[in-house]
Formats: sequence, C-alpha cells, structure tokens
Amino acid sequence: MTTRGTGPANDPEPSTPAGSGRGSRVLGNRAVLVSSVSTVAFFAAVALVVALAPGSGLVAERFFSPFHLWQSLRGTPGEPSVLGAFLLNVYIFAISEVLILVFALVIAVVRGIPGPAFFPFRVVAIVYTDVFRGVPLILVLYIIGFGVPGLGIAYFSYLSDVTYGIIALVLVYSAYVAEVYRAGIESVHESQNAAARSLGLSRFQSLRFVVLPQAIRRVIPPLLNDFIGLQKDTALVSVLGSIEAARAAQIYGASQFNYASYVVAALLFVLITIPLARFTDRLIARDKRRRQAGGLA
Amino acid sequence: MTDAPALILENIRKSFGENEVLKGIDLTVAPHEVVCLIGASGSGKSTLLRCTNLVEPLDSGRVVVEGEEITAAGVDADRVRRRIGIVYQSFNLFPHMTVLRNVTLAPREALKMDRKTADEMAISLLQRFGLAGRRDEYPDRLSGGQQQRVAIVRALAMRPSIMLLDEVTSALDPELVAEVLSVIRELAHEGMTMLIATHEMGFARDIADRVCFLEDGRILEQGPPERIFSSPENPRTARFLRRIIEAGRL
Repeated sequence: MTTRGTGPANDPEPSTPAGSGRGSRVLGNRAVLVSSVSTVAFFAAVALVVALAPGSGLVAERFFSPFHLWQSLRGTPGEPSVLGAFLLNVYIFAISEVLILVFALVIAVVRGIPGPAFFPFRVVAIVYTDVFRGVPLILVLYIIGFGVPGLGIAYFSYLSDVTYGIIALVLVYSAYVAEVYRAGIESVHESQNAAARSLGLSRFQSLRFVVLPQAIRRVIPPLLNDFIGLQKDTALVSVLGSIEAARAAQIYGASQFNYASYVVAALLFVLITIPLARFTDRLIARDKRRRQAGGLA
Repeated sequence: MTDAPALILENIRKSFGENEVLKGIDLTVAPHEVVCLIGASGSGKSTLLRCTNLVEPLDSGRVVVEGEEITAAGVDADRVRRRIGIVYQSFNLFPHMTVLRNVTLAPREALKMDRKTADEMAISLLQRFGLAGRRDEYPDRLSGGQQQRVAIVRALAMRPSIMLLDEVTSALDPELVAEVLSVIRELAHEGMTMLIATHEMGFARDIADRVCFLEDGRILEQGPPERIFSSPENPRTARFLRRIIEAGRL
C-alpha cells in the first residue's frame, strides 16, 4: 500500500477552491478571439465546399427542403409522422434501459460470487456475456423475433414485435453493460470490502452498501456511452416490422422521393442524446463537488 | 464470562503460498488487558490481527473470544466480527458516505439498530473524540488523523468486546500521530481490551500491560513493557530494540 501522508485532503487540485471550477475554465480575451475566428473560418470553408459541389442544389432539395422536413416530421394521411414514430424509439429505449441496468448488474454480481458452489452460475454468466457480445444485434433480433414465435409456446410466442425487439436489445446490451459494471466492481479496492466485512457486514451487505455504490459512480460515463449506442440501435427493431423513426423516414422517402425525412430522424436521435450526455456530466460534477465540499450540496 | 480470557489464540498458522507467515502463535489476552505486538515489518503482526477476526482465513489453530471458539465449524463469521473491532493502517473509510453514515452503517445494517438510535449513538461517540463538527463531511475532507479517529469510532460503534489496532499511526504524518494515540490511551483507561500492532515503541511502553516481540511468525518473547524494553532476555529482541534506539524511535 502506498498510502502515505495525510491522505487526499491536501492534494487534489491545489488552486481550485471548492465551487469555483466553472470560472477557472474561462478563456482570456485573446483566446476567445482566436477561437471565434478559427471556428467561423472552419465552418465557412465547409459550407463553401458543400455549396460549390456540383450536386449541391439537388442535395439541398432532396435532403433539406423545408417543406419536406416539416411534412415528414408531422406525417401525412399516407405516411407516418417521423416524430410520432420516434416516440416508439423512446419507448423501446426507456423500457430497455431500465431492464438492462438491472439485468446486467445481476450478471456482473453473479460472475463475481466466489466459492465452488457457485461455479455453474459463474459459467452461465461468462458464457452469456461471451455469446451476446459476439453475435451481431441484427441476428439476435431475427432469431428472437422470428424464432420464438415459431416455437409456438403459450404466451411467449405471441408477444408483439416491439416486445421481441426489447428482449433482443436487453440480451445484447446487458452483456456489454455487465462487463462495464464488472470493471467498476473490480476497481474498488479490496480493502473497502475488508473494512466492511470487519465491521460484521455480510458479503451481500458489503456489496450493496460499500462496493456497488462506489463501482457504479465510477462507471457512469461508460454506461452513458453504451446507452447512447442503445438509443441508436432501437432503429434496428424495425427489421421485425415495427414502424419506428428510421422506418417511418424510409416510408416517407420511398413515397415522396424526398429524403428530408432521414434528416429529421437523424436530428431527433441527436436531440435526445444531448440531454442524456449533459445529465451525466451533471451527475459527475455533483458527485465531485459534494465530496470536495463536504455535504454542502 | 468475566473470568474467561477475552481472547485466546492457539497455535495459529497461516501461509501465503510457500511463505509461512505465522508459525504457531499462542497468545491469551485477559479482559481489560492491553497487549502490544512489536517486531519488524513482515514479522506477522498484521496477519495475526487479520486472522484473529477471520478476515484472513487461518490454515490451522483456534481462536476463542470470551469463551466461544469462533473457529469452530458452523460459527457465523459475520456475527463474530461484530464483537471484534479492527482498525487498519490505511483507515479504509467509505469515501462515498459522510462521517456519520460511515459510523452508523454497520450498527444499522448488521445490528438492525433503528436510524434514530444509531445516529444518537454515533453523534455521542463522535463528540467524545472531538469529531462532532465533522459528522456531515466526506472522509476526503478530513486530515489523516481525523480519518483514523473516525475509523476508530466506526469500530467502537459496534460495541466490540475487543479492539485490534493494526499500526494505526503508520500512515500518518508525525504531527498527527499524537491525536490518534491519545484516543487509544483513553480507550485503555476505560478498560477496553486491546491487541495493538505498533511501531511506536514509546507508546507501547506507556500503554501496554504486556508486550510481545514477534519475529519470523513466532512470539519470541513477551512480558511487561518495563522488562522487555530495559532487559530483554532474547538476544534477537535485544538486537531489534537496539536498532530501534539507533533510529531514534525509543
């Protein structure tokens, strides 16, 4: 153990008084000027290249026509609204995320239980993560979405396409997220567990109150990353026949011969990931501030 | 119960791989007795303490706490650890919890104490050790000395019948050592049974009822501190103490 001195109280970020983190990152006047000029110049150059491209007029009409942007967003009597269809993506995402968070945690914990009696459980957890991280999501979607109904089992073979889509997403993403959790659990030093057990807490209590809270805090950024991937991959559920945003955009494009609908769908996906990213930043900042300021937050 | 020794260690053996760290330790601690373990790093002091509360599983030997053999088959180790407080060199406070929560976690979860009772008990303990103003802080806002005192309070909150202290001042800056030692002195005056592994020889001489010198996984010599420190019988104890004196640590 390298612990020496008075512990972390004296060393982190010497010049940053608690709570002033935002001010310290403000750029000087000259730096602001330079960054503004270079930003404008860069985007002007990009715009110029696009505008001068031989097909730019066609692209502007096919992809950025204000009329079609608006109409595909709203939908028409003949074509589904991309926005309305996007709600299905949000629904799939919201349900899947909760299930993944729970299921992946179970997998990660099971994989970490020591002792010979739990050997078969550990094997199941390992095989599960290996298989579902290895198989492409689209194949899992086909196998679940077309395979399970084919089995003709009561109830399970008569679920909706969306439900099969959610099951496939949960199976695949839980394998990734379980590994993220496991990395977090292993990053918590064994002495924390030893301290908890020494106080008479059981293995489970130590995990629940001491190890997991620290582990999960540390893996919030990579978890977010996986969830942004999940939001995008909800579009793949369309292969089972559900009309979500990407599929709705495709329908619109195919009947109107205009692809503004794809731009609309893309913007919707981007828009929903931004709040998630900012939310995570805030969680991390809050946690850091609270630990440095001592319970004031 | 009061007549039974607080702790009996019988022929404790422990190896890490090929390396035999404890080679048959026998030690009996009477109620209210303070026993200091001294010896060079690697002599087995820390391992002995960790084996005593079964955080480190023994290879062989018996541990008896207040007449109950806790190494017997079928004894619930979690229940046993509640009666044995241990404080580590590196504090090991829970960084994601306030001081108060650090102290109340085990009483509430392991002893099922209700929140109000646990909070009151913890606050009065923190007050006694001059930490009342720190109860809502997170550990990384405290000095090393304060962190170690919180770790001691956290162990005391379980009302242990014996405390094991594992070089609790070794990770502290010199100016912070005194505040932690004074806490331990206070515990000794109150009659807490303690088994203390330490490099602070002056402290051991003051506080111990008995000093045990460990070398190479064995207790080579034990006795009252006056005798061990002034006229050790074993030449290896003498050599160890001579080196300590040369280093200016006694």
